Amino acid sequence: MKKKFLCTLISVVMTTAMLAGCGGGAKPTDAPAESKTESTKETDTADQTKTETKEEDAKESGESIVVGFSQVGAESDWRTANTSSMKSTFTEENGYTLLFDDAQQKQENQIKAVRNFIQQDVDYIVIAPVTETGWDTVLKEAQDAGIPVIIVDRMVDVSDDSLYTAWVGSNFLQEGYDAADWLAQYLDKQGRGSEEINIVTLQGTIGASAQIGRTNGVEERMKDHTNWKMLERQTGEFTQARGQEVMESFLKSYDDIDVVIAENDNMAFGAIDAIKAAGKTCGPNGDIIIVSFDAVAAAFDSMIAGDMNVSVECNPLHGPRVAELIQKLEKGETVDKIAYVEEGVYPADTAEAKKPTREY
Amino acid sequence: MEKKKLKLNGNTYLLFITVLLFIVMYIAGIIIFHGKGFGRFQVLLNLFISNAGLIVIAAGMTIVMITGGIDISVGSVVALVCMLLAWMMENKGMDAIPALMIVLVVGLIFGVVQGFLVAYLKIQPFIVTLAGMFFARGLTAIISQEMISIKNEVFLSWANAKIYLPFGGTVNKKGVMLYPYVYPSVIIALLILIIVFIMLKYTKFGRSIYAVGGNEQSALLMGLNVKTIKLKAYILNGFLCSIGGFLFCLNTSAGFVEQAKGFEMEAIASSVIGGTLLTGGVGNVIGSLFGVLIKGTIETFITFQGTLSSWWTKITIAALLAFFIILQSLFAKAKEKVNKVS
Repeated sequence: MKKKFLCTLISVVMTTAMLAGCGGGAKPTDAPAESKTESTKETDTADQTKTETKEEDAKESGESIVVGFSQVGAESDWRTANTSSMKSTFTEENGYTLLFDDAQQKQENQIKAVRNFIQQDVDYIVIAPVTETGWDTVLKEAQDAGIPVIIVDRMVDVSDDSLYTAWVGSNFLQEGYDAADWLAQYLDKQGRGSEEINIVTLQGTIGASAQIGRTNGVEERMKDHTNWKMLERQTGEFTQARGQEVMESFLKSYDDIDVVIAENDNMAFGAIDAIKAAGKTCGPNGDIIIVSFDAVAAAFDSMIAGDMNVSVECNPLHGPRVAELIQKLEKGETVDKIAYVEEGVYPADTAEAKKPTREY
Repeated sequence: MEKKKLKLNGNTYLLFITVLLFIVMYIAGIIIFHGKGFGRFQVLLNLFISNAGLIVIAAGMTIVMITGGIDISVGSVVALVCMLLAWMMENKGMDAIPALMIVLVVGLIFGVVQGFLVAYLKIQPFIVTLAGMFFARGLTAIISQEMISIKNEVFLSWANAKIYLPFGGTVNKKGVMLYPYVYPSVIIALLILIIVFIMLKYTKFGRSIYAVGGNEQSALLMGLNVKTIKLKAYILNGFLCSIGGFLFCLNTSAGFVEQAKGFEMEAIASSVIGGTLLTGGVGNVIGSLFGVLIKGTIETFITFQGTLSSWWTKITIAALLAFFIILQSLFAKAKEKVNKVS
C-alpha cells in the first residue's frame, strides 16, 4: 500500500512538473503580446513623420492585422527565403501579427492549421500548399467564417474558384519568354543571330507547373527564331544528379550542342559537371551556352566562376506582394485573382555586382 | 482477491492520469490563450474533426497492442486506401459506395495476411507489418505517383456535410455568426470507438484478447484458441485501419503517395499515452482516444502560439511518452512487490 501511495505521489508530482513546464513555455507568449502593444505605440509616435497607410490602418482599427500563414516546411533554400520574406514583411512595425505554422510537408497539418486560424479569428489566411489537391472542405470553412484566403507559390485545385481570394506566385511562362529573349539578344551580340543554333533542354519534373511554363515559354519564342533547332528535350527531374546523367547522354548523342537550357539551377550544375567531364567548355568564354532558371545563390557563384551564362529568377520573396493585396483588401478594393511576383534576368556579367544584394 | 483489485486500480490510474492531463492541458490552453478563441467549443470539435481517422486507427492499434503485437503498416495502408478511393472514383469512374466497399475489403485482406503470418507462422509482428508497410506504400506509388484530387460528388457531399449543433454559436471578428459543427466522420469515429470499447470490455472475444496478451501460456491452458484470437485481432485491426483511412480521406479529399507518413507512430504514441502496455495485456480504447486528443491539443497550442516551431509538437510528445512509460513501469514494479508479499 505504501508503494501505491508513493506511485500516486510521484505521478502527481510529475504531472505538476509537466504543467509547470507548460506554464513556463506559455509565459513568453504573453510577454511578447504586451511588448508588442508597447512597441507599436512607440513606432506610432516615433514614425509620425512617415505615417504610411499601413500604420494609419493599424491605428484606426486600434489593433494590428492578424495574418495566419501555413508554410510547406523548410525543404530548400528557396522555401527558407520564402518564409523569411513573409516573416520580415508581416512584422509588428508594419502593423501585422503573423501566426506562422510549419506543416512539415504534410497536408493534414496544413488543414489543421487553417482550422485553428479560423478559430483564432485571423483577418487573413495565407497558405503555401504542400499539395494542390484536397482543399475544398477546409477552404469552405474559411469562406463560411468570412476570412479571405491568399494562396502563394503552388496553385490549389478546387472545384470552386471563389474559395480563395487570390494567388501569388511566379509566372513560369514569362520566365520561359525571358530566357529565350535573353538568348536571342546574346546571340545577336555575338553575331550569331542567323547561324543555326542547336539547343538541348533539361526539363523539370514532367507536369510540375514550373516545367510546363518554362518549356512552353521557350517553345513559343522558338517560332520566331527559325534558325534555332531543338535537338532533344528530356527530364532531369529538377535534381543535379539526374541533370548530369541526362547531359552525359546528350553529349554522347550530339556533337554540336550550342545551348543547354536547364529548367532549374540544380540541373544546370549537373550539366556543367557533365560538360567539363567530357572535356568541353561552357559559360561566357566557353563553347556551350548555359541558360538556367531560379537564380539561387549558388547560381551566382557559378556565373562568377564563369560556368553559367544566365539564370532567370524565380522569386521567392512573396511577402511584399501578399502585403500589397492585403492592404488593397483592407481598403475594400477588389484584387486580381492572379498576382505575379516581379522576376529578373541575371546574366553572368552582372553576377558579381548583384550577388551581395541577393537575399537568397 | 486483493491482487485483482490492485491490478485494475493500476490500470484505472493510468487512464485517470491521461484524462486528467488532457483536461488540465485544455484548461491551461483556455487560460493562456484567453481571448484568442481557444475556449470556443469549435476548437474542441476540431480536435475530433482533424483526427477522426487517427481515433479509429489508434483503437485498432490498441487491440493488437493488447495481444502483445504491433502494427506499423497502418500509415501506409491509410495512404493506399486514400489512393485507391481517389483512383477508382476519378480514373475508373466508379461510384463512391462500391469504391468504399473495395477499400474496406483491402483493409480486411491486410488484416488476414498479416494476422496469419503473426499468429500461425509465429513471425514477429514488427517484421510482418514492416513488410506490410513497404508493400502498401509501394503499391500506392504504383497506382499513381501524381496527386489525385477527389471530385466525386457523392464523396464530397459526405466530406462536406456539416452537421451544425444548435447551441454555442459565437460571432467572429467579421461579424459572422458561427455555430459549432462536426462532420459525419466524427460521428462514425465515435460510434466505432464505443463499439470497440464494449466489445473489449463485455464480450468473450474481447476478454480473451486481454487473456492472450496478458499471458499466452495461461490463455492456452485456459483452453483459449490463441492463434484464432490473434488472427481475429489483426483482422479487426485491418478493418478498422481501412475505415480510419476512409475517414482520413474524407478530411483531405485526395490520394497521394506521401500521405499519412508516420501515422503508425502517432497511433502507437496515442495508445501508449492512453495507457496501453507494449508488453500486452493492458490497454483501453478510451485512453487511446485521449492520447489522440492530447496530441491534437499540443498541435493546437503550437498554432495558437504562432511563433514556436511546429517541431515542438514532436518534442512534447516525446516527453509525454517518456513520462507515461516511466509511470507504467513504476506501476508494474509496485504490482510485482505486492505479488511477492502475498
